[in-house]
Amino acid sequence: MTLHATSPAFRENAREALADQQLQKALGNVRTNVVARRAVAAGRLPEFEALRDQARDIRNHVLAHLDVYLEMYERNVIAAGGHVHWARTADEACRIIIDIARAREARSVVKGKSMVSEEIGLNAALERAGVAAVETDLGEYIIQLRGETPSHIIMPAVHLNREDVEAEFRRAHTHLPAERNLDEPESLLAEARAELRAKFLAAEVGVTGANFLVAQTGTSIIVTNEGNGDLSQILPKVHVVVASIEKIAPTLEDASALMRVLARSATGQDMSVYTTLSTGPRRAGDPDGPEEYHVVLVDNGRSNMLGTSFQDMLRCIRCGACMNHCPVYHAVGGHAYGWVYPGPMGAVLTPSLIGVDKAGHLPNASTFCGRCESVCPVRIPLPKLMRNWREREFERHLAPAVTRGGLRFWAFFARRPALYRAATSLAMRALAFLGRDKGRFASLPFASGWTQHRDMPAPQGSTFQAQWKKRKR
Amino acid sequence: MSARDEILANVRRSLGASEGDQARRATAQARVAGAAPGLRPQRGQGDVQTRAQTFEQEAQAVNATVERLKSAADVPAAVSRYLRERNLPATLRMGDDERLVGLPWEATQLAISRGPSAGDDVNAISHAEAAAAETGTLAFVSGPHNPTTLNFLPDNHFAVVRLSDIEADYEAVWTRLRARYGAGVLPRTVNFVTGPSRSADIEQKLLLGAHGPRSLHILIVEG
Repeated sequence: MTLHATSPAFRENAREALADQQLQKALGNVRTNVVARRAVAAGRLPEFEALRDQARDIRNHVLAHLDVYLEMYERNVIAAGGHVHWARTADEACRIIIDIARAREARSVVKGKSMVSEEIGLNAALERAGVAAVETDLGEYIIQLRGETPSHIIMPAVHLNREDVEAEFRRAHTHLPAERNLDEPESLLAEARAELRAKFLAAEVGVTGANFLVAQTGTSIIVTNEGNGDLSQILPKVHVVVASIEKIAPTLEDASALMRVLARSATGQDMSVYTTLSTGPRRAGDPDGPEEYHVVLVDNGRSNMLGTSFQDMLRCIRCGACMNHCPVYHAVGGHAYGWVYPGPMGAVLTPSLIGVDKAGHLPNASTFCGRCESVCPVRIPLPKLMRNWREREFERHLAPAVTRGGLRFWAFFARRPALYRAATSLAMRALAFLGRDKGRFASLPFASGWTQHRDMPAPQGSTFQAQWKKRKR
Repeated sequence: MSARDEILANVRRSLGASEGDQARRATAQARVAGAAPGLRPQRGQGDVQTRAQTFEQEAQAVNATVERLKSAADVPAAVSRYLRERNLPATLRMGDDERLVGLPWEATQLAISRGPSAGDDVNAISHAEAAAAETGTLAFVSGPHNPTTLNFLPDNHFAVVRLSDIEADYEAVWTRLRARYGAGVLPRTVNFVTGPSRSADIEQKLLLGAHGPRSLHILIVEG
């Protein structure tokens, strides 16, 4: 079952997030650190902008030939001794993975970080089937203990502060001495490492995502910094890769080209610590590695996005740069978006996957400042796609009556330029007259959404159009 | 209709493509057969000495330590010295790679053990297949003599790489692997390793040794 969405309550979520001081403190780290690091990494590589063009072109080529590459990928996985499973929906994907776990009588599954596994609600499905799912990425482990979802696609616990983590570890790790010192992040990391090492060694099945699926060789590639994705796949007897269908890279060369923009855009690293290529199960004579290798290819709505204006969104390589640079994300964090994918990429992808009726608020929560598009490594026109959702929402009469009425009111004048000029000029003079003493308004009828938070400046002189006309002369 | 066929049919319908369209298939096959490299950054390029220098700088920038040795026979003494200087246990785990097992370990006090790691080894050593200078990245391959667990489970990881195996970029590593395994064939695991394990999940503070090694010491063998 797809993860439950609170996206319809975006307004309430955002209001709570803005008032949450702990969250606001944590979000300060996103506003400054990652933005600066990406800029340094991009600046260090003279070819970076050209590499972004190349990455966009590779992804476009893949999407235009997706069926052909998926068949080729499948053939090569099978040739290397692996199994390929296809899942139309989240439910099908979970059922396939549960069946693989049951066949091994698995009691626990260790997991590398995977956003698509969040999307399909895998952990909850495994728990219902009596299999414990253990997240092993440090951030994912922390939020799993807290019963939360990730608030960022690559920094899942970015909404938390050190004290939150300490409190959670003390609550969860009751077998450890209560008086132990956890003042430093180092001691928290060491504790998680020791706890999880035992889980890795005990699990029968390991589940990872994939950053790329290489058609040429039938290889899945994951990138991590911690090494947890690797321990998840080399220690258990079974390795299950869960990946959405658009993750294809035709060749190792194409995958390399995408890798060059991925880490730089994500964390500002030139390269993640571990880039791991996995092809089938362990070979004859290999001393370690999994005995079985499965890939679960998940559609869950993506094939319907092809051929529409939202096809561009499927270029996404999940770096998180768009949310790192987004003023709306900086203000409200990831949980306010109410589903798996936050920030600008989430505002475009979420309505595609769960419906604009549920997620219509997300593309509306944008200032259209364009920073997301300016840093996207595959140049997805995110503001344009958000605008497309707004249009669809309007066409489908999903926008609230006040919004629709306001737009209709404005459209009436916008279609009649002479009337528009006369009306705005009149309104401007009236406002300028009323505000002549203070130069601003602390409250205005019909504009409380603005004046609740800041003053409305009184207009000066004439309208923009009138000034434009005058200066052109 | 199976899930597979339905997904593929849906992809084709959305793209307006037909299953029998040979032109699209030929385009994809040509791209894969050609495996043409795209834009390769200048940073890693140069002769072997330049590449080694870039590799060393980039690896150090991501918290690896690097030491140059005249010959492979110097590896055991270098490992022994590294452990002694840091008061680390004089133990070392390795696979059956003859580039490692044939070295003069008996001249050191190190307790050597062989085989994959079960998670309780403090130190391990692996031989890299190649390296990419552009980001200070080592490439390891799995195989009967090269357990993958040694790259991840120990606290301290030693990696030997021959100077002549330091390539400019990832593309050159793929060319090597194709020469060794054949086109379109890879070993079970290829590990690109760029520095020791790390996490910044707690308040974005960079910490080394998350799940993998806390330290990575690279030994470049010149001879």
